[in-house]
Amino acid sequence: MKRVLGRIAGMIPVLLGVTLLIFILLRVVPGDPVSILLGEHYSQETIDRLTRVMDLDKPLIQQFFSYVGNAVRGNLGESYTMKRPVTTLILQAFPSTVKLALMAAAIAWVIGILAGIIAAVRQNKLLDHLFMGMSLAGVSVPIFMTSLFLQYVLSFKLKLFPLTSDGRLISLILPAIALGWNSAGSIARMTRSGLIDVMQQDYIDTAKAKGLTKASVILKHALKNSMLPVVTMMAIQLSSMMSGAVITESIFSIPGIGRLATSAIQNRDMPLLQGTVLFTTIIVIIGNLAADLLYSVLDPRIRRAV
Amino acid sequence: MAKENLLEIRDLHTSFFTDHGVVRAVNGVDLDVPEGRIVGLVGESGCGKSMTARSVMGLIKSPGRIESGSIKLDGRELVGLSDRELRSVCGDDVSMIFQEPMTSLNPVLKVGRQVEEVLLVHHKASTKEEAKRLTVDMFERVGIPEAEKRMSAYPHELSGGLRQRVMIAMAMVCKPRLLIADEPTTALDVTIEAQILRLMKQLCKEHHMGILIITHNLGVVAEICDDVYVMYAGRIVENAPVFELFDHKRHPYTEGLMNAIPKIGGNPEFLSTIPGVVPNLLHVGDGCTFAGRCAHASDRCRAEMPALYEVAEHHTCRCFLAEREGQ
Repeated sequence: MKRVLGRIAGMIPVLLGVTLLIFILLRVVPGDPVSILLGEHYSQETIDRLTRVMDLDKPLIQQFFSYVGNAVRGNLGESYTMKRPVTTLILQAFPSTVKLALMAAAIAWVIGILAGIIAAVRQNKLLDHLFMGMSLAGVSVPIFMTSLFLQYVLSFKLKLFPLTSDGRLISLILPAIALGWNSAGSIARMTRSGLIDVMQQDYIDTAKAKGLTKASVILKHALKNSMLPVVTMMAIQLSSMMSGAVITESIFSIPGIGRLATSAIQNRDMPLLQGTVLFTTIIVIIGNLAADLLYSVLDPRIRRAV
Repeated sequence: MAKENLLEIRDLHTSFFTDHGVVRAVNGVDLDVPEGRIVGLVGESGCGKSMTARSVMGLIKSPGRIESGSIKLDGRELVGLSDRELRSVCGDDVSMIFQEPMTSLNPVLKVGRQVEEVLLVHHKASTKEEAKRLTVDMFERVGIPEAEKRMSAYPHELSGGLRQRVMIAMAMVCKPRLLIADEPTTALDVTIEAQILRLMKQLCKEHHMGILIITHNLGVVAEICDDVYVMYAGRIVENAPVFELFDHKRHPYTEGLMNAIPKIGGNPEFLSTIPGVVPNLLHVGDGCTFAGRCAHASDRCRAEMPALYEVAEHHTCRCFLAEREGQ
């Protein structure tokens, strides 16, 4: 428990660093938020007044610390374009992203791990080649291709699923497949290679010599040992999905974090962009922490060292 | 001496079909383990002794397989059994302990559970509680202190000696008729080695079981074996009861092995070795496989494989020198 708290405390400098970086980057890039807000044909007077109202005339360092101070209290500022608190916008968008991420992850893990196990057991046989070919396709075909293909075949031609998101769970199935397929490929490859490696270990011979069935040798003895790298990957994948699937959300018009970020970039909505990036960072850090903790559940040798 | 043979291996051929050719790792081995006796199988690394043992357990990995021959356990043929039939024998009637207690236990499972599992698989315990009780008993029998507490230890929390005791407990818990020990003490230091050997000897006596111990260490052989088989390049080259072998060794290879044991009071500057290396099993000719390293080798040795000649009662030797002596 103490270690977990220690790890959480370790997150603070990372978050500060990320905030500072995004803060600087957004001010270095050309383009001025005030003129974007106002559009064309405004007097210099109006511009100056708005700049003052938005605190953009204060020194950068002061802007930064007041931002951090507010952020700690949960106030990430107000979106320039949507005129609403960034925190509210993020919290509104997050459930859609979470639903999509969980469904995609479930698809990726079930398919990926099963395919990995089967491929490892049937090493160099037909099923292995088939699954590995499919997983290579999963890893290498870009998500937008899969998305468009699924949309075209399953929604447009076969009319099995809604074309875009309408809030119902069924409308999330296609984007979840598109998003999960990609991850399933890498999970399948990792499970397979991990399992093949573990099956060569001495303790697998011991398990066989005990008279265990092949299934129990794999499920009880080999799988847990081979899952360590896979679990890390799973946690990282989930946290990256949670932080918004930019492409998938755009293609299927899902009102999630990814879409929020894209619109913030398009509109040069600095508070919103800053907010989403910060939020994303927190999610990824939590994902990594979860992976480390899961490690110690799976491997007793790490338990003391976490 | 006319004891029932627990394990009877006849003309066993186990080969590996590699891309470079066929490696005959076990090439016509005959071997008996009688009830209540400890039989040693000795030889250098790569001579096929482990493969002989693994053949019994059905643990030959692809591309290897048993080509021909017979392995009988208590009169029951094991070669050609289905996976399922062999599984019901392994761990129950015959069990095996391996060389490396460090890597032979599953690192992520508690040792107690790893032993209980054998009991449950072979229906020697009907409930988990019963399995646990029997496992604690077994842990105590093999000399694991604080057996109850150790049940929930993970392998990395135990010393090498304790781990090998866990392995022995695992192998013994179903009271097998035959125990195969593949270099059980090689990875342990000498004091622990002596304890483990003593334990095996004691278990052999108590359970009236047969033990086949595979080793390259003649000290281990002298310590606990009743009978010895010396193996070289996939073949048995000499077989005798242990005292007979040490006193009247006939095969030049056995002699070389014995000379290679450093002696107290001997010349500390000079360690005797057998010249040359084990032949590449991919390319073995027709002659005696040891001819290339043998000081007594003749043209006949290089052209023809000697048979196993009986040189005394229960003592056979695969050498033309022994043939002459035998006559």
